[in-house]
Amino acid sequence: MRAGTIAGHVWIPPWRTLGAQKRSQRKECLVIAVIIIIVILVLLGIIFAGMYNSLVSRRNQVDNAWSQIDVQLKRRHDLIPNLVEAVKDYMSYEQETLTKVTAARAAAINAGSQGPQAQAQAENMLTESLKSLFAVVENYPDLKANQNVLSLQEELTATENKISFARQFYNDSVLTFNNKIQMFPSNLIAGMFNFTTRQFFEAPEGDREVPKVDLR
Amino acid sequence: MYEQIRSNRRASWLLMGFVVVLLSALGFAIGAAVIGGPRGGLGLLGVFGIAAIGWSLIGYYSGDKMVLAVSGAHRVTHEDEPQLFNVVEEMTIAAGLPNAPAVYVIEEPALNAFATGRDPQHASVAVTRGLMQRLDREEIQGVVAHEMSHVRNYDIRFAMLVGILVGMIALVADFFLRFSFFGGFGRRRGGGNSNDQAGAILMVVALVLAILAPLAAYSVQFAISRRREYLADASGVELTRNPLGLARALNDIAGDPQPLRHANRATAHLYIANPLKNKKDKEVAGVFDTHPPIQKRIAILLEMAHVGPEALVAGRRTASVAAAAGTTPHDPPPSPAVPPAPRA
Repeated sequence: MRAGTIAGHVWIPPWRTLGAQKRSQRKECLVIAVIIIIVILVLLGIIFAGMYNSLVSRRNQVDNAWSQIDVQLKRRHDLIPNLVEAVKDYMSYEQETLTKVTAARAAAINAGSQGPQAQAQAENMLTESLKSLFAVVENYPDLKANQNVLSLQEELTATENKISFARQFYNDSVLTFNNKIQMFPSNLIAGMFNFTTRQFFEAPEGDREVPKVDLR
Repeated sequence: MYEQIRSNRRASWLLMGFVVVLLSALGFAIGAAVIGGPRGGLGLLGVFGIAAIGWSLIGYYSGDKMVLAVSGAHRVTHEDEPQLFNVVEEMTIAAGLPNAPAVYVIEEPALNAFATGRDPQHASVAVTRGLMQRLDREEIQGVVAHEMSHVRNYDIRFAMLVGILVGMIALVADFFLRFSFFGGFGRRRGGGNSNDQAGAILMVVALVLAILAPLAAYSVQFAISRRREYLADASGVELTRNPLGLARALNDIAGDPQPLRHANRATAHLYIANPLKNKKDKEVAGVFDTHPPIQKRIAILLEMAHVGPEALVAGRRTASVAAAAGTTPHDPPPSPAVPPAPRA
């Protein structure tokens, strides 16, 4: 490039202004360094905020998933008395099965305030007792034809399914949340703001299969 | 999944932009040919452009209503169809969606289902009566899970827009082609010789555009839906953790020869399986197929379940449906010598 005007400015060859340039260069370097540091700090802040926000949203997801399980468990607790009421006249010889279901229901309601582990255990007991009740229902043709019992069965099947899907979603959410809490670098933020890992809602072996009660 | 959601959102915007540009070009060509000269072209360009933007917005906000109406679907409540409603709610919970989609039934004996809407908060799932009657609970669950994954990853938004916008392009182009053949607009009044020549050239361009536009739009539709079906099958299984349910459902759907009367070319890609049944199911998808070969989908699902094809008919209450249809080349004759593979 020749000496001349570039965009209206007079171009001064570098060898004529060496001293002044050195001084201004040092100044420029300082300014650039400060800018770089600020940019890095801002970026770090954004990354920190992002990690914090994602931790919060994961935690909310876990809480929400837990409340879903809760809703469905309550629904099951509400449905069971209706079912017992509907079948008990037909099943006078099966009092034992019915009392088991009623007792398991009471135990499950009590366990509601004792944390996921205890609750899971009690709810699994209830699931088992319901399974045996439905197995018994199979032996009573009158019951299998009863419209009321049929619709209660559909509702209970659906509720069982919803519980297990809610549990599945809860456990998936807990897994991602716990991973975030324990893995670098989000574990730093989690430690700073007191995020703690959550418990899984354990299912017993083989409980993936919900009781088959549809009589189609 | 978040990647899919983002790409679907982006694709929806791109599609709307693409359609507005395409229709504006179409408007220019038609305007130049019919009204004559670039002024006429620009005039129609404006009209078409504004119409396309308006239609895109209508399609975005109430496309689901249109699709449901065209499909002859009516809304049902928990009291009407407790089982279907419950299955939809189950899958909503499994997918972790905030609220359950509206549930619709199409009163037809054919086996099919689709989902539509602009996002999970404004979604609908429609199922045919035949599907509800002929499939058991587990199979319906598989089908609904497939639809729910379309809902969850925003496939529904893009597919709905494709249906509405592609339908419109086809409509405009159709109208223009018919008009040009029967109306005979080639001779404009007061035109000189040179004007006639320019008009003829523009008319050819307009015709070409009018033919190309729907073709381009259709090929978009075909390309997008095939890969999405495989994806939705896989993420549906992620929800139910039961590949066999969906595999058996697809097997039943494949064995059912009835086409869905309410489906048309603009909505065909929404359904879980090709509702038109216009050709034999092939091993490889052709350029103009909206759906991947159903046998391939079943094979992939069976692989996920670690079972052989005999599991499709084993242990079902309505085994006769699939076995009697006997159209599935993968189905070996049921032989007692083959023990069912253990489910992993």
